[in-house]
Amino acid sequence: MKVIVTVKRVIDYNVKVRVKADGSDVDLNNVKMAMNPFCEIAVEEAIRLKESGVATEVIAVSVGPKACQEQLRTALALGADRAIQVESDEQLESLNVAKLLAKVIEQEQPGVVILGKQAIDTDNNQTGQMLSALTGMAQGTFASKIDIQGDKALVTREVDGGLQTIELAMPIIATTDLRLNEPRYASLPNIMKAKRKPLEVKTAEELGVSIKAHTKLLSVGAPAERKAGIKVADVAELVDKLKNEAKVI
Amino acid sequence: MSILVIAEHDNDSIKSSTLNTVTAALAIADDVTVLVAGSNCQGAAQSAAKISGVSTVLVADNPAYANQLAENMRALIVELAEGKSHLLAPATTSGKNIMPGVAALLDVGQISEIIKVESADVFERPVYAGNAVAKVQSLDAIKVITVRTTAFEEAGDTGSASIEEVTAICDAGKSTFIGEEVVVSERPELTAAKIVISGGRGMGNGENFGLLEAVADKLGAAVGASRAAVDAGFVSNDMQVGQTGKIVAPDLYIAVGISGAIQHLAGMKDSKVIVAINKDEEAPIFSIADYGLVADLFEAVPELESSL
Ligand SMILES: Cc1cc2nc3c(=O)[nH]c(=O)nc-3n(C[C@H](O)[C@H](O)[C@H](O)COP(=O)(O)OP(=O)(O)OC[C@H]3O[C@@H](n4cnc5c(N)ncnc54)[C@H](O)[C@@H]3O)c2cc1C
Ligand SMILES: Nc1ncnc2c1ncn2[C@@H]1O[C@H](COP(=O)(O)O)[C@@H](O)[C@H]1O
Repeated sequence: MKVIVTVKRVIDYNVKVRVKADGSDVDLNNVKMAMNPFCEIAVEEAIRLKESGVATEVIAVSVGPKACQEQLRTALALGADRAIQVESDEQLESLNVAKLLAKVIEQEQPGVVILGKQAIDTDNNQTGQMLSALTGMAQGTFASKIDIQGDKALVTREVDGGLQTIELAMPIIATTDLRLNEPRYASLPNIMKAKRKPLEVKTAEELGVSIKAHTKLLSVGAPAERKAGIKVADVAELVDKLKNEAKVI
Repeated sequence: MSILVIAEHDNDSIKSSTLNTVTAALAIADDVTVLVAGSNCQGAAQSAAKISGVSTVLVADNPAYANQLAENMRALIVELAEGKSHLLAPATTSGKNIMPGVAALLDVGQISEIIKVESADVFERPVYAGNAVAKVQSLDAIKVITVRTTAFEEAGDTGSASIEEVTAICDAGKSTFIGEEVVVSERPELTAAKIVISGGRGMGNGENFGLLEAVADKLGAAVGASRAAVDAGFVSNDMQVGQTGKIVAPDLYIAVGISGAIQHLAGMKDSKVIVAINKDEEAPIFSIADYGLVADLFEAVPELESSL
């Protein structure tokens, strides 16, 4: 069984973005980029499926400009067998990404596709669900456990009320939540080896997908700033302020 | 323009997230229909009919919708989408699970977690963990939207909508509900509470969360947590506040032993008043706190509890 895992190149999670002075977008010049943290978890899960003998091949896929090959190489260093970059210039909207991924799935026929639950740049939380709808594959989002049992899979999901377990008919699309696993680091020898692993580049035209704009970004602004507060000396002062100044207790 | 709001409910009653979503819908247009899809959900339908501003409630009462499985729900919603200009759901784990698939089946985009309605096709939404706010215009004929509940008031309960049964049964047979571990608590729900007290890694272990619970009980507050506290197994995942957890905006948020990483701030910085208790005076949480107390939480929290 093949496993496809998707990786998105995003701003590093430690970086606090700034909005451009002209309000057109955020400023990503000279900003550190990395693999989306939820995709790191997805890659780890895919590799574990291979290590446990459930999967035979792990294919990492990224949609983006040439620079995203860096994140694909990381996935290869972590243990993916080969990689596919679907070349695209701009930040594609989730539906377009999902359509491209659906074509890759059609070609590769994986048993399991693992995506992150959310890209930490757009905070969309859409692509996996869209991919399930487009392919008709069963959907298990926000997974904290994925247990493949032959022609079905048990997926435990992190939901608002706690945890929910559903049984899915294979093949499946899963999206990762934070507690699914703890991703490993790539070792230096594996990073060297990854340079020789196959990385194929495809285009939207080759996949027969026409990219369509669904939204127009009108402007990007900074969020409302909170005005600086004060330090209180002790608990008594805190309680006094909350009662008499802020009047919230 | 005609809007369909997908209700979140427990079959007996409507969840408050639905009320916030109706308010967002009414900011777009007057013609608002609410869909209650569930199993033995007439109770929820009755309470949906009382939501102020709602004209019609559609009830799809069938075992296929019992657990709001994504494949069944999205097929049903797509059937009901004809003639609608907007489809709205709360940006809860349920809404997030269902709506993108609806958008894909309709070949339209989704606008996630709107915080403001500028016009029928222009919306504001936070991006990059809330460090930027994007104003986006939808170019699609049907707009599929999830709503950040904390950004909209709850609709009232003075409505008298008509109730219509929907007979469509969409059962994709792809997934089956097996079970759930629901955390039951006497305290108010995290996202709806007026006061929230959250603990982080500084709490040390799960047992110490009892200190926060004691304060919560005196204040009628809900208890939340940082990711670090959940990852460490101190408390359950449903308590995580942040970019990738729950978004809260209570009147008072008390952060205890939480450093204030951007991912945590993304989930609570719209609270009216923020208190931080941390022994490290350099902790970033103090830069957004209205009242900061530099102290050891194991002394400060019991003292706070006894002085309430
Ligand atoms: C993809 C991704 C998503 C994330 N999503 C979220 C999210 O949704 N929510 C979230 O919270 N985080 C999230 N994080 C994690 C976030 O980056 C931080 O790691 C996390 O918020 C830190 O939690 P903390 O403040 O409890 O722990 P720490 O950063 O370790 O801080 C502990 C604090 O406790 C204080 N302390 C220790 N002992 C005491 C004491 N005795 N008395 C008083 N103070 C004490 C310390 O001074 C310190 O400031 C995410 C990270 C990633 C990469
Ligand atoms: N351009 C992309 N390339 C590869 N994977 C992507 C891309 N965009 C989104 N994804 C995947 O979909 C997940 C959810 O993204 P989103 O729906 O955009 O929040 C990400 O964690 C990725 O796994």
